[in-house]
Amino acid sequence: MLSVLTRRLLNVVPTLLSVIALVFLLFSVLPGSFMSSMGEDGRTTIDPAVMERMKKEMGLDDPLPTRFAKYVASVAVGDFGKSFRTREPVTKLIGQRIWPSLKLVFAAMAFAIAIGVTLGFFAALKPGSPVDTISMVGAISGLSLSQFWFGLMLMYLFALKLKWLPSFGYGDGGLSHLILPAVALGVGPMALLARTTRAAVLDVLNADFVRTARSKGMSERLVVKWHVLRNALVLVITIVGLQFGSLMGQAVVVEKLFAWPGVGSLMVDSVFQRDIPAVQGCILMIVLFFLAINTLVDIAYSVIDPRIRYR
Amino acid sequence: MKLPLKLPRLKGGTSLWVGGALVGLAITVAIAAPLIAHTDPVLDANLMNAEIPPDAEYWFGTDAQGRDIYSRIVYGSRISLTVGVVSQILNSLIGVTLGLTAGYWGGWWDDVVSGLTNLMLAIPSLVFALAIMAILGPGLVSLLVALGLTAWSYSCRVARAQVLSLKSQGYIQAARILGYGDLRIMFTQVLPNVLGPLIVIATLGMGSAILSEAALSFLGLGIRPPFPSWGSMLSEARDQITTAPWLSVFPGLAIFLTVLGLNLLGDGLRDILDPQSKTRRS
Amino acid sequence: MTQPLLKVEDLRIALAGDGVTHNAVENVSFEIGRGEAFGLVGESGCGKSISALAVMGLLKRPLSVASGRIVLDGREIQDASPAEWRNLRGSKIGMIFQEPMTALNPLSPVGRQIAEMFVLHEGAGWTEAMDRAEEALRQVHVPSPERRIKDFPHQLSGGMRQRVMIAIALACGPDLLIADEPTTALDVTVQAEIIDLMRELCAAKGTAILMISHDLGLVANMCRRVAVMYAGRIVESRPADAIFATPSHPYTQGLVDSLPRLGERSRRGRQKLREITGVVPAISSYPSGCRFNPRCPAATEVCREVAPGISPLPDDGLVRCHHHG
Repeated sequence: MLSVLTRRLLNVVPTLLSVIALVFLLFSVLPGSFMSSMGEDGRTTIDPAVMERMKKEMGLDDPLPTRFAKYVASVAVGDFGKSFRTREPVTKLIGQRIWPSLKLVFAAMAFAIAIGVTLGFFAALKPGSPVDTISMVGAISGLSLSQFWFGLMLMYLFALKLKWLPSFGYGDGGLSHLILPAVALGVGPMALLARTTRAAVLDVLNADFVRTARSKGMSERLVVKWHVLRNALVLVITIVGLQFGSLMGQAVVVEKLFAWPGVGSLMVDSVFQRDIPAVQGCILMIVLFFLAINTLVDIAYSVIDPRIRYR
Repeated sequence: MKLPLKLPRLKGGTSLWVGGALVGLAITVAIAAPLIAHTDPVLDANLMNAEIPPDAEYWFGTDAQGRDIYSRIVYGSRISLTVGVVSQILNSLIGVTLGLTAGYWGGWWDDVVSGLTNLMLAIPSLVFALAIMAILGPGLVSLLVALGLTAWSYSCRVARAQVLSLKSQGYIQAARILGYGDLRIMFTQVLPNVLGPLIVIATLGMGSAILSEAALSFLGLGIRPPFPSWGSMLSEARDQITTAPWLSVFPGLAIFLTVLGLNLLGDGLRDILDPQSKTRRS
Repeated sequence: MTQPLLKVEDLRIALAGDGVTHNAVENVSFEIGRGEAFGLVGESGCGKSISALAVMGLLKRPLSVASGRIVLDGREIQDASPAEWRNLRGSKIGMIFQEPMTALNPLSPVGRQIAEMFVLHEGAGWTEAMDRAEEALRQVHVPSPERRIKDFPHQLSGGMRQRVMIAIALACGPDLLIADEPTTALDVTVQAEIIDLMRELCAAKGTAILMISHDLGLVANMCRRVAVMYAGRIVESRPADAIFATPSHPYTQGLVDSLPRLGERSRRGRQKLREITGVVPAISSYPSGCRFNPRCPAATEVCREVAPGISPLPDDGLVRCHHHG
């Protein structure tokens, strides 16, 4: 168990380093750097003297490798730099946003798992039945929806017409504000989970060991309970992990639509404000979340599947 | 003894045809846009006609500037399909090149490519595209770059796996003994074997690219108004959702039906071209 | 004559295709007495495995029993309800499959997979069932069963896994053990051990065996009677020793000639192994007349047109060939 964790963490380090390098390079080497764009956008004009002072302060005059080394060193100790706009540490900005983000992501995933896995499971038990057909048509439709349009429609129906739920904002952080954005964000993963769960359960139902179970004189209910569920879970959990991990990034649009104060909307706002350190910080946060979830999934794997535990 | 337990899939057929019809419709509309649109999508603004609900003359209603939504949606299909097709060509080229060479040469290059693939997986593609759009600025070309560079990991993995499988079966060594060059082997022996799965991946990827374009345009980072991208139309429509909900309904439906068509077509094609694969999307 | 344990009469198994239905198996009849070992031999695709699955009631769409009778212990079971089948499976009939690698649930300890039998059929609690599973493992000669019951299938070798399968199949003392290619996936040395084990346990408990294999030598060595199947029909059914001495059907002759046998050289002189030319036809394209006729060295006009009936042989055997009887 411990070895799985260590090995997994060692795998994460190079990915993390390359993401840091990429994020750094994207915003340092490519055209449209902060300083030039700041003058360009027309809204702000900066006194050249002030500009010089800022450049020096932020170390923008150093050669690239030096800046990169400094950046990695500071990120390693949890310092994502200072926001260009608010002059506050980026970690502080993200810190204010991370809790709403996590709440949204977990709520969306809970919704996706509860509905998607259930639908896929029952669809697989009766392939070709009305339940199956309706679930799968629903699933492929769910995959084809654009989140923000679906969100917009939900908002129109449940907030503006029926007035059951608030239309946007974080409110006091209660459930009523959470429901619409969570459903809008969760519908894609839900559809995908319905499809993968169905495929996984069907796959397992055709496995040789299920035939063995039937040859023991087991009822279908027990076959499913004792032999199908766990094996299907192993297949489903990968998709859950990948979806879950990328959900904080996917939330960008939904957060913006519902004015949800998460990391995603911080990133979009920072992009418009050319607040490069904040954008970099948000990307790193989103990647960290992905890697953390996937590490957790790997651990969950080794708990469920003995073949991995002993390998 | 293997039993023929797999039922012939009826659904593959249905989804292939329904998907093909929807995609065919989208392509026809895009090509015939000047013929079937009622008005110019950008220039024909008339404040006298602002916010008319759908009726016999304005099928999908008009927006705040009095532009005909139907005509704008018709022209919007050009942007969506261009983004979808071009970005998937880019993604396939990158993915196949990296995958083929990584699987073929192996060694440090393989490590580099798999590192890159892990990197691409770790950054959600929408976030990556957002970052690129932030640097390049809004516009069609930036969109094509942003979406064309960020979703090649599937085709890369498929191409690499195919090379490795052919390698293990000895085909590649045999070709080498016959004196074939590396490039010739890759293009004549390996590439034809990945075309099927690749077409499936590209079809499904087109759907995701169209959704991403809509999302980026909605955020104001993709196609900027007044050009009629479905996403930017939704972005404008959002503020008028209470007074003019039709502004939001129709562009969204256009996105939904086009992407649904691509997804159904991709599913149907997979049953034909890539039967052994399971759900490969994630 | 005493009542046989299992009697299969004129079994026909249908394969439903797109609009067309083919007969995957037809006119299959055989009997197995109590404690008797019976072998069903044929190439893959000849219908021997699905015949066995029919006896277990485990055929799945698009396969189904179309007609014929399966009588177990005097009871017709071909139309039994799912609940009746569940009572038969495991307690009256046990089954071992070809792939010990995939026939066991990879995520469940082997002890539990054996213990399930006692919970299902004898109403045992899990603690008691686990104790009995340990005992069952001991009976199939798995070393240190007290540790092995906690092992997962991937921790066992192929032979050990097949022993576990035998322990499962025989756990509740069934009257009939169906073994579908039980040793095909195993190393040759392990094969012999598994065969010996099956023979020993079944002899001790009086369990009859329906042995299914492509290996005529193996089956003849283990079984008293052997039936040879070709393309969905039984072509010859004989006592095992007779089938080697005087194979009557040209297909059986082909099978016997293709077997390498020790001591044979000296008796018959130096001889090359012979093969049967041609390939097994697909279910959808069975030839008319005798199904073996395209590959048969002795085929004549009648073989191509008329399906041969069954003719008795002097030694209590049956053959389906125009050139006999």
